[in-house]
Amino acid sequence: MAGELEFERPVTELKKKIAELKEFTKTADVDLSSEIEKLEARLEKLETDIYENMKPWDRVQIARHPARPTTLDYISYLFEDFFECHGDRAFGDDEAIVGGIAKFKGLPVTVIGHQRGKDTKENIRRNFGMPHPEGYRKALRLMKQADKFRRPIICFIDTKGAYPGKAAEERGQSEAIAKNLFEMASLKVPVVCIVIGEGGSGGALALGVGNHIHMLENSTYSVISPEGAAAILWKDASQAKKAAESMRITAPDLKELGVVDVIIEEVKGGAHKDVKAQAAQIDAVLYKSLKELVNLSEEQLVNHRYNKFKSIGEYSFLKEFIGVK
Amino acid sequence: MLKDIFTKTKKKKYATIPSETAKQDVPEGIMTKCPNCKKIMYTKELVKNLKVCLNCHYHHSMNSKERLASFLDSNSFEEINANMISENPLNFPDYIEKLEKDREKTEINEAVVTGTGTVNGQTITVAVMDSTFRMGSMGSVVGEKITRAIEKADELGVPFVIFTASGGARMQEGVLSLMQMAKTSVALKRFSDNGGLIISIMTHPTTGGVSASFASLGDYNLAEPGALIGFAGRRIIEQTIREELPEDFQTAEFLLKHGQLDAVIPRTELKDKISVILSIHEPGGDYQWQEN
Repeated sequence: MAGELEFERPVTELKKKIAELKEFTKTADVDLSSEIEKLEARLEKLETDIYENMKPWDRVQIARHPARPTTLDYISYLFEDFFECHGDRAFGDDEAIVGGIAKFKGLPVTVIGHQRGKDTKENIRRNFGMPHPEGYRKALRLMKQADKFRRPIICFIDTKGAYPGKAAEERGQSEAIAKNLFEMASLKVPVVCIVIGEGGSGGALALGVGNHIHMLENSTYSVISPEGAAAILWKDASQAKKAAESMRITAPDLKELGVVDVIIEEVKGGAHKDVKAQAAQIDAVLYKSLKELVNLSEEQLVNHRYNKFKSIGEYSFLKEFIGVK
Repeated sequence: MLKDIFTKTKKKKYATIPSETAKQDVPEGIMTKCPNCKKIMYTKELVKNLKVCLNCHYHHSMNSKERLASFLDSNSFEEINANMISENPLNFPDYIEKLEKDREKTEINEAVVTGTGTVNGQTITVAVMDSTFRMGSMGSVVGEKITRAIEKADELGVPFVIFTASGGARMQEGVLSLMQMAKTSVALKRFSDNGGLIISIMTHPTTGGVSASFASLGDYNLAEPGALIGFAGRRIIEQTIREELPEDFQTAEFLLKHGQLDAVIPRTELKDKISVILSIHEPGGDYQWQEN
């Protein structure tokens, strides 16, 4: 089975066996229906066991699955009349970020998201969903436009990170990301961010300063990729699995850390198993989110966002002053 | 520099658009040869396809009448300031004669036609530049008519849509032409700050002072396929930098790649696509949703 993941192998093997038996009963003159029934019951239990006890590394694998639905996949299910807008009006059009205007249940909105490719050719065109500064500047241009026309903004986050390259540094990758964080703070319209795959560091956060941040169950959001963390901490990128476990990068972790508002449930085995059903899950959460936010005033929205980010972080105070006097 | 653009365009005689009488009398007008693919086709069929070549999709130039007819709902156009005409502020030799000749030839009074109309029922203020009149160049009248159209849009609270086609500023009015860039931009800024929607559709050619002012100031900057869009002329650049420029230099597709355009839209889809943009900006949409 294409795109099969290591941890779900028992499931796929059992499925294969059942399919074989069914095929066999068609031609042979034996009744195996009770055996098949038994096996199907076992499959259900196995699926529940495996998919409900996923380790962080398993989730990383699902978040990175080549068939995992992308921003454009969800856009086609969630919105009507999507009109894509290209270009930062300064340097180029970065296809690692897509954006445009559309309607969500009749409400005009601006939609922006990281965009991976589905195959090698598309991945090269979209730089594997890793944006350059012009991508972030396009996103900001569209956000400012949304602000002018008082449209809510919906951001889909799905990137390994901002592209680490020579050209990106020359054109100010850091400035572009920083500017987005800075400007998103003052947007007078609702901003809802949804992490749909990998939320890789600053490159993800540059679309992430929202009033609400939601996360698909099997997506990740972290300061660095598990491989990167392993390389820094233990000088060994192959210890990524260990890093994934200690860094707390899964949706339940982020919920607990107070970063994420709602964990959007995924279809069994991951979003790629049924894109339409997954889109329906997102639809419901997004609708609830927007309904809540459209009733806030411009000032309330800005304050709401300020307070959201102000409240993130953990610290304590020493009982007495022991610093240098 | 500007002369280069004129000569180039004169060489490219895209299409024969016969007048009503010529259509009936002169057999040559029945057929049109596409300058791009050289295929010969019925003029009637070409016009029916909005002057987009049926074979290679080359977009033949459209004058303002054809543009308005193809873009607005029928009978919805109401022209404003139709009778405004140019003076000769610098006493430029032969300028008045040239203007008169163009008025006669094109049956319009200046290089832009402005007014109000509807697109699939949605009201807009529209300005259409016409490259058959003085190469669509911008002098005092073009600047003033466009500014008044923007003010009209502001007054009515409707979107402003402009089709640009211009060689740039009009030489015969000197610095007054240059200042029209600022006049139109100042008006657009006020309109934009009041929440006005600006859609710019760049058609072949959009160059010089027009591309460096209102043509580039849309909330949505769109273009027709293959349109030449740029600031300085190709030959000027080549002579200055002493390099040969790429084939697609300053085409709509080149600009899209370099981040200057939101989209390149074929003429046959233009009305519907713009209608979608307009509907997303319809006032009151968000309030409706709030009440649900």
